[in-house]
Amino acid sequence: MTDPAKSALRWQRKDLLGIRELSAEEITFILDTADAFKEVGTREIKKVPALRGKTLVNFFVEPSTRTRTSFEIAAIRLSADVINIAASSSSLTKGETLKDTAKILEANHADIIVLRHGSSGAPQFLAERLSSSIINAGDGAHEHPTQALLDLYTIRERKSSVAGLHVAIVGDILFSRVARSNIFGLLKLGARVTLVGPSTLVPREFEKLGVAVSHDINEVLPTADVVNLLRIQHERQRKEYFPGIGEYIRLFGLTKDRAKLLKPDCLIMHPGPINRGVEIDSELADGAQSVILDQVTNGLAIRMAVLYLCGGIATP
Amino acid sequence: MRSREVAKEHVTKNQHNRPSPPPATLPVMDGEAINRALRRIAHEIIERNPESASVVLAGIPSRGVEIAHRIASIIASLGKTPVETGIIDVSMHRDDVGKRADLPRVQASKLPLPLENKTIIIVDDVFFTGRTARAAMDAISSFGRPGRIQLAALIDRGHRELPIRVDFVGKNLPTAPGERVRLRLENVDGEPDAVWLVKEEKV
Amino acid sequence: MNTVIRNGRIIDPANNRDEIADLLIVDGRFAALSQLSTLNSQPTELDASNLIVCPGLIDLHVHLREPGFGWKETIESGARAAAAGGFTTIVCMPNTSPVADSPSTIAWIKDRAAEVACVNVLPTGAISKGLMGEELAPIGSLAQAGVVAITDDGRCIQNNELMRRAVEYARMVGVPVFDHCQDYNLVGNGVVHEGYWSTLLGLPGWPSAGEEAIVMRNVLLAELCDHDIHCQHISAAGSVRILREAQARGVKISGEVCPHHIALTDEAIQNFDTNCKMNPPLRTKEDVAALLEGIADGTLGILASDHAPHARFEKEVEFDAAPFGIVGLETELGLFLDLLVHQNKTIGLSRLIEMFTVNPARLLQSEAGTLSQGRAADVTLIDPALEWTFDANASESMSRNTPFNGRKLRGRAVRTIVAGKTAWAL
Repeated sequence: MTDPAKSALRWQRKDLLGIRELSAEEITFILDTADAFKEVGTREIKKVPALRGKTLVNFFVEPSTRTRTSFEIAAIRLSADVINIAASSSSLTKGETLKDTAKILEANHADIIVLRHGSSGAPQFLAERLSSSIINAGDGAHEHPTQALLDLYTIRERKSSVAGLHVAIVGDILFSRVARSNIFGLLKLGARVTLVGPSTLVPREFEKLGVAVSHDINEVLPTADVVNLLRIQHERQRKEYFPGIGEYIRLFGLTKDRAKLLKPDCLIMHPGPINRGVEIDSELADGAQSVILDQVTNGLAIRMAVLYLCGGIATP
Repeated sequence: MRSREVAKEHVTKNQHNRPSPPPATLPVMDGEAINRALRRIAHEIIERNPESASVVLAGIPSRGVEIAHRIASIIASLGKTPVETGIIDVSMHRDDVGKRADLPRVQASKLPLPLENKTIIIVDDVFFTGRTARAAMDAISSFGRPGRIQLAALIDRGHRELPIRVDFVGKNLPTAPGERVRLRLENVDGEPDAVWLVKEEKV
Repeated sequence: MNTVIRNGRIIDPANNRDEIADLLIVDGRFAALSQLSTLNSQPTELDASNLIVCPGLIDLHVHLREPGFGWKETIESGARAAAAGGFTTIVCMPNTSPVADSPSTIAWIKDRAAEVACVNVLPTGAISKGLMGEELAPIGSLAQAGVVAITDDGRCIQNNELMRRAVEYARMVGVPVFDHCQDYNLVGNGVVHEGYWSTLLGLPGWPSAGEEAIVMRNVLLAELCDHDIHCQHISAAGSVRILREAQARGVKISGEVCPHHIALTDEAIQNFDTNCKMNPPLRTKEDVAALLEGIADGTLGILASDHAPHARFEKEVEFDAAPFGIVGLETELGLFLDLLVHQNKTIGLSRLIEMFTVNPARLLQSEAGTLSQGRAADVTLIDPALEWTFDANASESMSRNTPFNGRKLRGRAVRTIVAGKTAWAL
C-alpha cells in the first residue's frame, strides 16, 4: 500500500536556493525523484523528453568544472538546450551588474538559470527578480544544495536511511557552503552531526546550528557512520587560519593509521576535488570504504531530479 | 483540450491528497464487479496472446501497478504460464511538463529487459484522453524495442484526445463533462474496492 | 516677520524648562514674551496645543554626498529630508568627492548650503588627507574654514600614532574628533555581525571586537591628549561598557547611537536585504539591550542618524558588493520616540530632546540647541503621539535605501522652523 503521507506531497518550487528552506519531506521527495532518474541512467536511451524546448543557462561566475559538467549532462539528458556562460566571458567583468546580466538572460528566454557565484545570497537575489527557475550551484560560503542532496542520496543508498547516523564533517567548515548545506540536510533527516577541524575554521558558533564541534578527530572517528572530508583551501592563503598543510595533516588528515579507528562500514566521502595526501590518504580515497565516485554518479541523478522538478513547474 | 487533462490530474491529486469519505450514492462498480472486470481482461489477454510467457504487464503508478499485479495473479491462478509485471512511470515523458503548478512524485520504472520480442501491455486505471498512454509508449521505447505494445484499462471513460484505442477494457463508463471517476483500490487507497461516478466539485 | 507659538509644551533642557507656554520669535531670534505688546505688527500665530515645542534638533552624523555623488543626495535634498525629520542643524561628513580635506572644499560646501539648504549645514573636515589614514589633513586650515569637527568617517585611522597626533592637533584648534570605530584587521571583509546569522548564511563576519578595540584605543588617546573624541554609531555592548568606565573617570569621550542599531538585530539580514547592510552592522538582542542601558544611564548621550543615501542601482546588487548604509533622517525621530520613550520607556521626552539638542551642541561648542532669548530661532514642533507610517517613496531624500519603508511609527515632527522661518511643515 502506498504511504498516503508520501504521495500527498507535490513539488511546488521553481527555485532551489538552499537546503535550509526545504522541509524533510521535500528533501526526501527530491531523493525519491533521483531514484527514478538514476534508473533512467540504466536505460538503453538515457534521455527523456521532460524539459524539451526549455533553455538552461549554466551561469558560473566562479569557476567550476565538475559541478558545471554535471549540470550540463543532467540538462542534456532531460532534453533541455544548454548554454554555458563563464565569468571570464560574461559582461560582469565589464562592470555590468548581476541584475542586468540576469535580466538579459531572461530576455533571451532562459527558462532555468544554474548560478554559481562567490557572494552568499546571489541566487536568492536573482530568484526575487526573475521569473526563470534559479538553481543554486554554490553561493559564497552559504549553500551548495545539490552537493548536499547527492551526499544525502549516497548515504541513504548505502545505509538505507539517514536518520540516526552519526556523520562527521571534517575540514574547513567556516568557508564551506558544502558544510552548511550538509548540516541543514543531515539535521532535517535526523542524523547527528559532528564538525571536526581547527578551531579557527570550525568556530564554536556552529554549535548554535544544532551540531557538535570537535577539534580532536581521533575522538570522533570511532563512532562515525560517515566521514565527509572537505577540501582544505590552502590555495586561498588563509595564513591567519591555520599554520600550514603539514600541521593540518598531523592534526586532522585521514591517514591510514587514523582510518583504523573507523568502523568497518563507515563511509568515506569527499565532494572533490581531492587534495590527495592532505584531507585523505591517497589509497583510502580509492579504498573499499570510499564512495567518492558514487557521489559523482549520484550527482547526475540528483541534478536531473532538481532540474526536472524546478524546471518542470509552470512559471508565471 | 489541455484543460481537461489538467483537470484529470487535479482530480487525481485530490483523490490522493484528501482521502474524502465515499459519496453517499451507490458505486457503479463494487469490489465484485471490479474483480469480474479484471478476470475478463485476464481472459482476453490470454486469448489474444497465446504466448503468455512473452507478456509483460507494465502498470502506470500507482493504481495501474496494482491492477497489473491483480491481472497477473488471475492469469497465474488460471494455470497459465505466469506473465511478468513491470512499472512504467510516465512523468518524465508527459507533454505538459512545465505547464503544471506542481508535480507528483516520480517512480522508477522497471521493465524486464531486453524488451525485444516481448508484448508489453500498458495497464492504467482509467483510460481518458490517451495522453498518458502516449507518454507510456514513449517511456517504453527508451528501454528498447518491444515486439508489440498493447493497452489495458479497468475503465474507459471516453473523451479521447489522441488517436489511441484501448485493447482490453474492464468497463466502458461514458462520462459527461463535469463528471469524474472516483476509483478506490484496497491496496493503494486503504479503502474497499469501488468505482463511483461523481460530479466535479466546484472549487 | 515675527511668530508666536501658542500653548505648546515647551521643553528646553538647557534651561530646565518643561511647561505649557507661548514662545515668541522676533526677527529670527527668540524674544521675551513681554515684547509682544511692543511689536509694530501682529506676529503670525501658530497653535501648538498638544505639541512639544523644543529647540531645533541637531543630527551630528549625516552624509550629504555633495560634492561628487549628486545622484545619491545633494545638499539641497539632504537638507529637506533633515527638515522633514525635525532637524534644524545637520553635521555633514567629509567622505565626498573631492574629500573635504581642504579649505576650498569646505568653503564650497558652506556656500552651497547657504544657497540651497533649508536647514543649517555644518561641515566636518577629514582627519587624514584623502581619508587615506596616512598623513594629517590641514586640520588648522579646516578649522579656520569653519569645520565643526574632524573625522575620517566611513574610514578609521588604523595608525594609532597618527590618530594621537590628530587628536592633539584638534585640541590646539579647538574642534572635537569624531571617529568611526573599526579595526580593519579584526573586521577584514566582514559585512554582517559575526555571530549566529553570519555563521548560518556564510556571510563574512564583522566581530564586535572590531569596534570595541578602537573605542578602547580612543579612550586611551582621549585620556592621553585630554581632548574630546566622539565615537560614532556605537553598536556593540562592549563599547558601551568601555565608554561607561572611561566617562566615570572623566575621560572626554562620548558615544552616539543610531536608530537602526536599536530598532533591528542581525536577524534582519536573513533574506540578504542590502537595506539591512550597514557599517557597523546590526547586532544582537544583547547588544540592543546594552545600547538601551547606555542611553538610560547617559553613557550614550547623542542620537544621530548616520543618514547614508545610496541609489537603488547601487544597493540592488549582491550582498557582499552592496555599499553600507541607509537613509535615516526622516525616520530617526519617530523610531527613537517610539522605541525609547513609548515602547521601552528607556528615557523620558525631556532626556530624548536633550540628546538631540543640548548634548550635540555642547560637543560642537555651538550656540544652537536651546530656546534661550537672543539665540537663532531654530525650533521643532513635535507631535509625540502621532501614529504614522513611513513611506520611503514620499521621502524628501533622493535615495530610498531604508529597511523602514512601511514601518508604523509613533511620534513625528510636524513643523521645523529655522531662524524663525518654517523650513518644513506636515
